[in-house]
Amino acid sequence: MAEDGRLQAAVAAGVLPSEESFAQLLRSIVVVARAIFGAKGSSVFLFDEDTDELVFAAVASDEEQELVGRRMPSSQGIAGWVLSSRTPLVLEDVRSDPRWARSFAEGTGYVPEGLMAVPLLYDEEVLGVLQVLDRPQRSTFSLREMELLGLFANQAAIALSLLLSARRAREELAGDGEAAAVAAVAGAVERLEGPKREAGLALLDALARVLS
Amino acid sequence: MSTALHHAADDDLPAWSLPRDAGSAIALANPLPARVDREWALEGATGKGVRVCILDSGIEAEHPLVGEIASAVSIALDDEGRTLVEPDTIGDTCGHGTACASVVRGLASEAEIHSVRVLGSGFKGSGKVLVAGLRYAVDYGFDVINMSLSTTKREFGDVLHDLADTAYFKRTLIVASAHNMPVESFPWRFSSVVSVGSHEEGDSLVFYANPNPPVEFYARGVDVDIAWVGGAKIKATGNSFATPAISGIAALVLSKHPGLTPFQVKTVLSLIANNVAADGRG
Repeated sequence: MAEDGRLQAAVAAGVLPSEESFAQLLRSIVVVARAIFGAKGSSVFLFDEDTDELVFAAVASDEEQELVGRRMPSSQGIAGWVLSSRTPLVLEDVRSDPRWARSFAEGTGYVPEGLMAVPLLYDEEVLGVLQVLDRPQRSTFSLREMELLGLFANQAAIALSLLLSARRAREELAGDGEAAAVAAVAGAVERLEGPKREAGLALLDALARVLS
Repeated sequence: MSTALHHAADDDLPAWSLPRDAGSAIALANPLPARVDREWALEGATGKGVRVCILDSGIEAEHPLVGEIASAVSIALDDEGRTLVEPDTIGDTCGHGTACASVVRGLASEAEIHSVRVLGSGFKGSGKVLVAGLRYAVDYGFDVINMSLSTTKREFGDVLHDLADTAYFKRTLIVASAHNMPVESFPWRFSSVVSVGSHEEGDSLVFYANPNPPVEFYARGVDVDIAWVGGAKIKATGNSFATPAISGIAALVLSKHPGLTPFQVKTVLSLIANNVAADGRG
């Protein structure tokens, strides 16, 4: 059974979304978050369990794409607190904290006046932190905005969780010749079109009957 | 010595029963009046003599909006999982603990504020450190423990539940932030703690009792003026900041009426809530 499960995972891995899809999803999350709140910026940090760090995974603005991939200790600053406490926060006037302003400037070259930060929670896991920077100032902040942020973060976390599972499945299969071969065949058939695809599926069907 | 006192003081016998005519021996020193209102509960109270623990990211020493901190420790675990409690020389690793302390101080100017730092030493193991920190705080016997944080890890649910019940019976009031996201988290859902969400009004003394728990109270949590690290003052929104408002109000009640149990404090808070009190003002 274990072998069956592994090979089935290999087949699944062959047609799983790629790293490119992962990057597109992350970028979409920050772009949509920025649009929902009419904010100046948005960014996502993902938690890297192996190194106990937060990784700058996506940023909405074109000018700051070089920041993607930067790392910081998992408990540093606002993002670190939100990750550890699993609690969303909205802060205004953060420039009055010199330490905060400096760390932000070193990281992004941009110091926001205000930010919203929310954990990306899926089931009992915390996958990372979503930040929305400099939403328009209003006389009174609305708790509905806070709840909207939470709902959007929940949706983003579900999508991220699916892609993270796919990434882990691919990593599990890497270097395993037998399973990797099955995954490669599945991937190759998935990419075929027209008569070639039909022929490929017929071949797999025949193979399944011969081997079963 | 009355029978009841003798009974309670006898270590060989559990105090699970009350002998006849011994009720007076366990009467409140300062009994609740027929009408509990804000005047009785809060007027003239400063929080003096009440020990409030901020279980968080530490507190910045000498922040003007926080003032003197009575004690500050950091919690860590050694390689074998034993709890290490050391004097905290770092202060606040984020700003959040300082913020919560300033909300308590703004309401209860003479309360003793203690810092127990459980965040800031890496995410890995942070759930276990949180549990160890709460256990330390409950064992220490603080009057109020402010928890503007929670964990989603189910493996900690049972132990946090036990600690919350232990605190409840030891006269330690745990005030915990409700989660405003669609996830399960602890310990705010336990009935032995006081759980707090936010309302949008601008008065820190205005709070509401929720007739539809698990969130039990709503306190000021929007655009709250708070302390931040570096001596700063900023505005913030979140249940994180509503929670210390209830901690501060509870400290006021306890300073004026020492010895109330968590059940009694929660009852007083319910009776003086702005939507419960007969005059609508609590």
